[in-house]
Amino acid sequence: MSKLELVFKEKSKRILNVYCTAGYPSLDSTMKVMTSLQKNGADIIELGMPYSDPLADGEVIQVSSLKALAGGMNIAVLFEQIKDMRKSITIPVILMGYMNPILQYGFENFCKKAKEVGVDGLILPDLPLFEFEQYYGKMITENNLDFIFLVTPETPIDRIKKLDSLSNGFLYAVSSSATTGKDKDFNLVAHYLQKLQAMQLKNPILVGFGIKDKATFDAATAHTQGAIIGSAYIQQLTKGGDIELTTSQFLKSVLGA
Amino acid sequence: MNLFNVDNNYQNPTIEGYYGDFGGAYIPEMLYSNVETLKKQYLQIMYDPIFQAEFQYLLKDYVGRPTPLFLAERLSKEIGATIYLKREDLCHTGAHKINNTVGQIILAQRLGKKKIIAETGAGQHGVATATVCALKGMECVIYMGEKDIERQAPNVARMKMLGATVIPAKSGSKTLKDATNEAIRAWINEPNETHYIIGSVVGPHPYPDMVARFQSVISEEIRKQLKEKTGSELPTHVVACVGGGSNAAGAFYHFLNEPSVNIVAVEAAGHGVHSGLSAATTQLGTPGILHGSKSIVMQTNDGQVVEPHSISAGLDYPGIGPLHAYLYESKRGIFLSATDEEALASAFHLSKIEGIIPALETAHAFSVLPKMNLKASDVVVVCLSGRGDKDLATYMEYL
Repeated sequence: MSKLELVFKEKSKRILNVYCTAGYPSLDSTMKVMTSLQKNGADIIELGMPYSDPLADGEVIQVSSLKALAGGMNIAVLFEQIKDMRKSITIPVILMGYMNPILQYGFENFCKKAKEVGVDGLILPDLPLFEFEQYYGKMITENNLDFIFLVTPETPIDRIKKLDSLSNGFLYAVSSSATTGKDKDFNLVAHYLQKLQAMQLKNPILVGFGIKDKATFDAATAHTQGAIIGSAYIQQLTKGGDIELTTSQFLKSVLGA
Repeated sequence: MNLFNVDNNYQNPTIEGYYGDFGGAYIPEMLYSNVETLKKQYLQIMYDPIFQAEFQYLLKDYVGRPTPLFLAERLSKEIGATIYLKREDLCHTGAHKINNTVGQIILAQRLGKKKIIAETGAGQHGVATATVCALKGMECVIYMGEKDIERQAPNVARMKMLGATVIPAKSGSKTLKDATNEAIRAWINEPNETHYIIGSVVGPHPYPDMVARFQSVISEEIRKQLKEKTGSELPTHVVACVGGGSNAAGAFYHFLNEPSVNIVAVEAAGHGVHSGLSAATTQLGTPGILHGSKSIVMQTNDGQVVEPHSISAGLDYPGIGPLHAYLYESKRGIFLSATDEEALASAFHLSKIEGIIPALETAHAFSVLPKMNLKASDVVVVCLSGRGDKDLATYMEYL
């Protein structure tokens, strides 16, 4: 059983996955952010590998990515920073990123190295299903990494089933077709999430995009196993100040603890 | 790896949009439904007789097609070969861009879309899009880099006069690359009502193929016109400038599977290919993914896309269409380049000896003619993709 599957076995509700941009707010803050997230109640960490042209991301994550890149972050530096993470981080860590930087690093090497440092899974929003099945998926599964596909309210039912069957760990339900960091009306989202739940999918569902506080976290998790927060957390980090304190205050406010 | 190449030829990518190893649709799931609908329907819609009737009518009576194929006598004499100019500069709005926007606006109507979005660099595609939106009474939003808005004020004014909303792209480097990112993000945020009119043979499949087919009217006409003038449909060379590569794709299209015709693509070398300020993508780029397709991309070793440089905003793009990447890789195409300085010199020279002021983009194509070692028996068609009105401010600095 993978580390991700274990998380959902141990806790079936209100799983919190928090996104952070590697190398943000400063190049050497990656591990500090991750340990703070673990300490303050995150169940999963989604570590974003910054890219110059992140199509699925809104302004907040774009800006954090450009700042991280300017600070010197890249995939090689990231692997160096997290090579000993398993000495302190026990919760699952997923790498999220875009295909181009990974292709330049070498896709197979990337998968091997990710596994070696203890990464549990990958989210690559611009890796299409066809290319996954034809070529890349094999390297991901051979390295025992979970791959997580995204589904949206517009994804047809047959395709949801297919993406679910190829995903492991969880299925990422985008709350509505939008880039990250946009406000959502979760009353409208509820119907879609209920529909997803009713499909009896292989994987648990985490909802992402538009989750920013306790109200949206509660709304999203009312119908699913958990939710993913990204832009709202990055915004808090952008304000500056002590990372540990910022993280603790933010996660408390979301979880209502 | 060439895994995706199934009995390919240059005019027909695979069902997944691959030309050899290049192409595909590397898009987030949020765009899947829109792109899949287009992919399933574009050929059927485009080749429907009723669609074709309207398309051909607008090309003729609105755009002003066929555009002339003009024998440039003084230029021919100077170069020592027969040089014909395909006068896309005489299209309505001043460039070939409108061939594609006319096609896509009819297609958008067929798909039941209410709103059009587009990206633009120099503003030519933005103007061509705003024009057809005005014609069809569709809402039009154009994304343009904040820096380009400052540099291309007349085209911004034209778009506004045509009723379009121009939104500055403030992310990244604030030029064409980022305007394209912003347009794609806008499409992600509003997928159902909106059609995205991409201006070049770039983007996720089926855009490169669809835009190439809309622009292929250029080479279709060249064949007919050349036959009338010379008795043969085939020139020895077709020359066109390449940024993303839409005028080139259109000028090359009906010659791609004619091995006797030399395909010559001219990229913008900026201050010089290896100066650090260049947009010669095939010379400086490596395989990568940009704006939804796999192609050749100018990037760092870490896979971050770099900002190119060219004096012509229309060639100032760090990628190239996947068809062109395949023409380059398979050596079907000859890829040359011209610097800012060479392009400027060509623009002034063509103006003086033929009475035609070309766009800066187009001027690059003329710069390579003296370097091609042409013979007296060669028949060369140069795609004169756009006129120079929009570049007057730049030209005035060198008068």
